[in-house]
Amino acid sequence: MLPVLSHLRALEAESLHILRETAAQFRKPVLLYSIGKDSSVLVHLARKAFYPGRIPFPLLHIDTTYEYPEMIEFRDRFTREIGAELRVYTNQDAIANGANPYDLGTSKCCGLLRTRALVDGLRQGGYDAALGGARRDEEKSRAKERVFSFRDREGRWDPRNQRPELWNIYNGKVDPGESIRVFPLSNWTEMDVWRYIEIENIPIVPLYYAKPRPVVLRNGSVIPLEANVKLLPGEQPETVMCRMRSLGCTPCSGAIRSEADTIGKIIDELIGFRRSERENRIIDHDQEGSMELKKREGYF
Amino acid sequence: MLALEHFTARTGEKPLLRISTAGSVDDGKSTLIGRLLHDTRTVWEDQLEELGRSTVNRASRGLDFSLLTDGLRAEREQGITIDVAYRYFATPRRKFIVADTPGHEQYTRNMATGASTADAAIILLDARKGVLPQSRRHAYIAWLLGVRRLIFAVNKMDLVDFSASVYEDIRAQAAPLLALLEGAEADFIPVSALDGDNVVEASPRTPWYTGPSLLELLETIEPPASAVTRPFRFPVQLVIRPHLDFRGYAGQIASGRIRTGDEIVTLPSGRHSRVKRIVTFDGELPEAFAPMSVTLELEDELDIARGDTLAAPEAAPTLARRAEAILVWMNEAALAAGRTYLLQHGPRTVPARVEKILYRWDVNTLEPRPAQSLELNEIGRVLIETAEPLAFDSYRDNRATGGFILIDPIHNLTLGAGLIESAVRRERRGAAGVAFRAARLTPVERQALFGHKGVVVDLSARAALAPLLERQLLEQGHRALLIEIEGLPAEALAEAGQIVITTLPAAQPLVQSADLSADDDEALLELHERLRRSGVFLIQDDVEPGEGI
Repeated sequence: MLPVLSHLRALEAESLHILRETAAQFRKPVLLYSIGKDSSVLVHLARKAFYPGRIPFPLLHIDTTYEYPEMIEFRDRFTREIGAELRVYTNQDAIANGANPYDLGTSKCCGLLRTRALVDGLRQGGYDAALGGARRDEEKSRAKERVFSFRDREGRWDPRNQRPELWNIYNGKVDPGESIRVFPLSNWTEMDVWRYIEIENIPIVPLYYAKPRPVVLRNGSVIPLEANVKLLPGEQPETVMCRMRSLGCTPCSGAIRSEADTIGKIIDELIGFRRSERENRIIDHDQEGSMELKKREGYF
Repeated sequence: MLALEHFTARTGEKPLLRISTAGSVDDGKSTLIGRLLHDTRTVWEDQLEELGRSTVNRASRGLDFSLLTDGLRAEREQGITIDVAYRYFATPRRKFIVADTPGHEQYTRNMATGASTADAAIILLDARKGVLPQSRRHAYIAWLLGVRRLIFAVNKMDLVDFSASVYEDIRAQAAPLLALLEGAEADFIPVSALDGDNVVEASPRTPWYTGPSLLELLETIEPPASAVTRPFRFPVQLVIRPHLDFRGYAGQIASGRIRTGDEIVTLPSGRHSRVKRIVTFDGELPEAFAPMSVTLELEDELDIARGDTLAAPEAAPTLARRAEAILVWMNEAALAAGRTYLLQHGPRTVPARVEKILYRWDVNTLEPRPAQSLELNEIGRVLIETAEPLAFDSYRDNRATGGFILIDPIHNLTLGAGLIESAVRRERRGAAGVAFRAARLTPVERQALFGHKGVVVDLSARAALAPLLERQLLEQGHRALLIEIEGLPAEALAEAGQIVITTLPAAQPLVQSADLSADDDEALLELHERLRRSGVFLIQDDVEPGEGI
């Protein structure tokens, strides 16, 4: 009987290979750490890839300052525990000029605090490769994304400029100023990520687990009330048993009503539950093809 | 010590099948995939809602499923797919990764990309048009890149009244094509992607068709022969050296298996050692197999670096600087023979040049044509030379170690993908280097030219192995000849420098087939070893291990 890898282990092996290629091919790689579940899996894989050595590159968090406090807490504790080097970058200029989603609208705010910050943060660090936890199944414009995705000097993605990727051979050659975004989780689906978290006992931000939370119901979304979230005229706070399916900034991410307070229950819920992960990320619905536009502008 | 079950035990997931799809805009391929995604309930409800809201809807009835797969805005507006898109769906029985590629000739490169990791290919045909040149092209490219399971979806059956004779006709049209694709297994399914007939469920409108629906077939086909059965190959990606007491080589096992204590040879240096430990984050392993990513610690302190290959010593890869390869050209700037490119083979990158273009194939008729260069999307057979030796297998034998890409050293683009066929022997000068062209060849000169001595190999006890051995030796560049007829002078031919393989009992064979392993693959390895030990080979392929360091 020939030994066969279980599906998750096959995906894991592929991801370890990609992480190692990144460390080997680039002068100055960095891991874009968004503190979300995909990032958590990515960091876990990075620990495995270089064992018994340490992760040979830093973790970079693009902090919009509108993140959930629980995320920041988790970030600091976790990175300290595993001995990873954490770097944080914020678009200070925009913050100083009062950037926020209420006044600017989500499109512009993300543009400054995420997209611009990401491009600037990467440039400031002089990184030639940025690892991220994006998956192809997340959104239509990511379906065509390469594992090694070329970005020009301005950090922009051009679908016509990507290199053919055959077998497991990755061409990471870049000129000064250019960079590659590397996506080791390209072939993982949302379900794969959760199952892997389950079998590996990977710690994730408590926001993913259901618990009674103070929220405001706005435009069909359930928005947890955090310090940054303003109540608009006519709105009332409520307490709802809910959890975050996808993490974003406090004013712009919706929670879902749920009783799932363990990974097992989250997975069961996922099986029965067909709404797309990103549906509650309001930024995806700004315009048709909105993620694609943001990618052309440099957003991850 | 960690048990291997840690990696093989199923925890709620299913076996995986990778599929590539090919078909033109008009064949309804996007509709077919869209329907597969929809009917396996992968598509999230809100994406369907969004479809409804979309301003671009070309369907004459119901939902336009092709919109589920056309991601880029420009494509959605024009209704064509420009690039390779990866889709994921699952049924209770299996998980699928679909590499959806466009059908136009100008996207041959994308088709090759999608097919490179595929286990099976779905080729779409329009029932009204039958097997077109593009269908031949799609099948050929998939087959070339190593796909041996071809599924022909005869689509738009609704437009030909679900006629059995149209379907049979198309099968007959495809027969000559299939005859060219050695080793390919083909299935034909009459479908209507638009209406759903035979896509997921059997259609009542094709009572004459007794085969499975497309999804049923996809769920039940066997994945191709596993990489685990090939000889052990471990291309080193990274040396992990956290402190002086540990030196590990990190990589993904390309093929085969390895156990603690196994002997390995490193290439290109040719040095031997044993595996001391198989290290992973989860624990030490007693053994590992392809495609696991592990870290190997060896008994000896060797100078191994990224790009080296660790391999099974009794079945080592070919080490050579010159090879014949099939090249798929993927760039607007044509291939220029003689120009220096970079060749990336796994983690190894070396300067290389295409010495000569032997010919190219007309991908629509599959006929060879003379060629001075290869243009974008052309496929040709070339002679390639590298600055340093590569350790490889022929692509046909090992997809994981037979492929490479060519990179533009100035603009960094991936220009082409190569499939190695075999090493090519360097033309040899006479042993004395003297140009006595008119003189008769001496046995010594002959041996120097051939790179080996002549010998008789008696395989009368294992006649079935004879053709395989002949092929293997020829592929390695040796003069081998199989004799199965009485009365041919085996010994005399051996004197003349041939490695004569005979299935008839020979009088004075140097190499015998007694006591060979019952397993054919192992027996062949043993025969090669016996040949080696008998001193037949003067030179190891093109390069001595250690040369060129």
